[in-house]
Amino acid sequence: MDWLLLAEFSLVGLLSGGVLALIALGFVLVYKGTRVINFAMGEFMMIGAYLFWTANVFLKLPWWAALALTLAGIAVLGAVVERFVLRPLAGQPVISIVMATIGLGAVLHGVAEAVWGGANLSLPQLLPRTPLTLGEILLPGQVLWSFALAVALIAGFTAYFHLSKGGVSMRAAASDPVTAYAMGIDVRRTQRLTWMFAGVTGAVAGIIVASMTSLSPTLGTVALGVLAVIILGGLDSIAGAIVAGLIVGLLESLTVAFIGGQARDLVPYLVVLVILMVRPYGLFGTRDIERL
Amino acid sequence: MRIGDFHASYRHDEALFDTRVQRIWFGLLLAALAAFPFVGGSYLTYLACLLGIHLISAAGLNVMTGYTGLISLGHAAFMGVGCYTVAVAERAGIPFFLALPLAGATSAAIGLVVGIPSLRIKGLYFAVATLAAQFVLGFVFREWESVTGGVRGANVPAASLFGFELAGDRRIYFLIVPLAVAMLLGARNLFRTRVGRAFIAIRDRDISAEVLGISLFRYKLAAFAIGSFYAGVAGGLWGYFFRVATPELFGLPLSIFYLAAIIVGGLGSILGTILGATFMTLIPELLRAMVGWAEALGLKEAGVYLAPIRQVVFGLLIVGFLIFEPHGLAEMWRRVRRFFHLWPFRT
Repeated sequence: MDWLLLAEFSLVGLLSGGVLALIALGFVLVYKGTRVINFAMGEFMMIGAYLFWTANVFLKLPWWAALALTLAGIAVLGAVVERFVLRPLAGQPVISIVMATIGLGAVLHGVAEAVWGGANLSLPQLLPRTPLTLGEILLPGQVLWSFALAVALIAGFTAYFHLSKGGVSMRAAASDPVTAYAMGIDVRRTQRLTWMFAGVTGAVAGIIVASMTSLSPTLGTVALGVLAVIILGGLDSIAGAIVAGLIVGLLESLTVAFIGGQARDLVPYLVVLVILMVRPYGLFGTRDIERL
Repeated sequence: MRIGDFHASYRHDEALFDTRVQRIWFGLLLAALAAFPFVGGSYLTYLACLLGIHLISAAGLNVMTGYTGLISLGHAAFMGVGCYTVAVAERAGIPFFLALPLAGATSAAIGLVVGIPSLRIKGLYFAVATLAAQFVLGFVFREWESVTGGVRGANVPAASLFGFELAGDRRIYFLIVPLAVAMLLGARNLFRTRVGRAFIAIRDRDISAEVLGISLFRYKLAAFAIGSFYAGVAGGLWGYFFRVATPELFGLPLSIFYLAAIIVGGLGSILGTILGATFMTLIPELLRAMVGWAEALGLKEAGVYLAPIRQVVFGLLIVGFLIFEPHGLAEMWRRVRRFFHLWPFRT
């Protein structure tokens, strides 16, 4: 065993777990806020990245203006989805909600392919590429910066949820919608905000992923692996999403290093199968108690 | 107007087709199906074969998801197991009438393993477990090259009966369609038995079902095994029909296609399975025809948009049915029937 190699791959894995944690945050926000698993999360990422491409490359806006436009656009999309797809389905069985988000994903995928075409586009390099060297270990700059960005965004959201009135009312509405409603919190508004926030996280993650690889309608497939991540962390735990993102990033990187690239995509799913057998509510999730 | 249909005996109450009119229609349907390949032409025969396969698989999924409430996002992978089993069995010289049940049995056995987590989890979590199974099985299809032929896939020889090859759409039709009819009748019959009714009880309220003495674990596994058996047989037929098994045929999109079919048709309804699978099989063909007309009218680029349009229509159908007609086409059909039964007294 080469210890240096192990250390390097572990660090790269942990850092690339940052982006996974960001995507996981998008899932957890929606699940906590509205009890919906958003299977269209990957499509949100993809649409976000395409919006950014349109503003930045096609319309040649500076990156900050393009980013602002993208985030505004994806927030509107989130609000529209909440209003016209998920709200009419409130209280429906799980399968209806799962299938509605899958159907939504198909629509977004088709629209993106019709508007932007199926070919690969490339985003400009937004994050500095200069690698960081720690002794013998070389860390790619993009991975490092995307990790920093993910940490900043997650920290920002956490601060919002704990320090601002809007964030606290979102938490209240998530943990008990009926009581929150009786206390004068506009639950519909918090649910709409939830979807907008999830869209924003997804768009940022999408832009990061697209700028590191390339942009195509299939960009969103990463998100399904992340679904496994949040099962590991617990569907309704932000801390769980972060820890699980890092663990899966680490495991994926180690698999690539010591078993081979083919097995990499399999890692999250094997993890989820084991977790579901042993501890179905995840590392940090709340245990459901059922009453008749 | 129809007046009451009174069940005067237990036999009558239990009957699958309770009125004479229904029995006559069913007989006519069978006759029409038998004559179809000689009248319908090659394209329609091809479609009928494809539809037969989809019907079997969708019926299996409806047993699991619609009747028992176990959401499966991995149905296509079980079809894949069936298809590869047939490919391997044919290489070993096993004839199709043994290979098809074997395909179903292999698929059911793997379904039992995947169904084990259902002891502890349900709903969303179970859906994610089946999603994991979909990807793990897909990985096995791609990587276990000595058996599955890897990414290039495996060839399946034509099914043959005592040297008579069931090659070509018209011949394979007489394997697929009778099997589809039999398996749909089987699924319909299942819900007149204790097992089927236990499935429905589990779907409606699992804890109450357990209190009534239904072993949740055993019956959930049974539902999963039956559903996977249907998928395996459908996959085996798929192999004999398309003569090839490749990993990407049995990916997540196909699983979602079947879920969409039973949602559009109606969850927990065999009639819904039939209507939904037929509808979802014909829609892409219709879209293709429409794009063909658009091209003929001078819109040269129409063909480029076929795939995206299909995706959008597919998604809109799912979302639209969920919001506006959650009980699916089966419910629409019932409404139309009721209208005619009650006409002209209630319009």
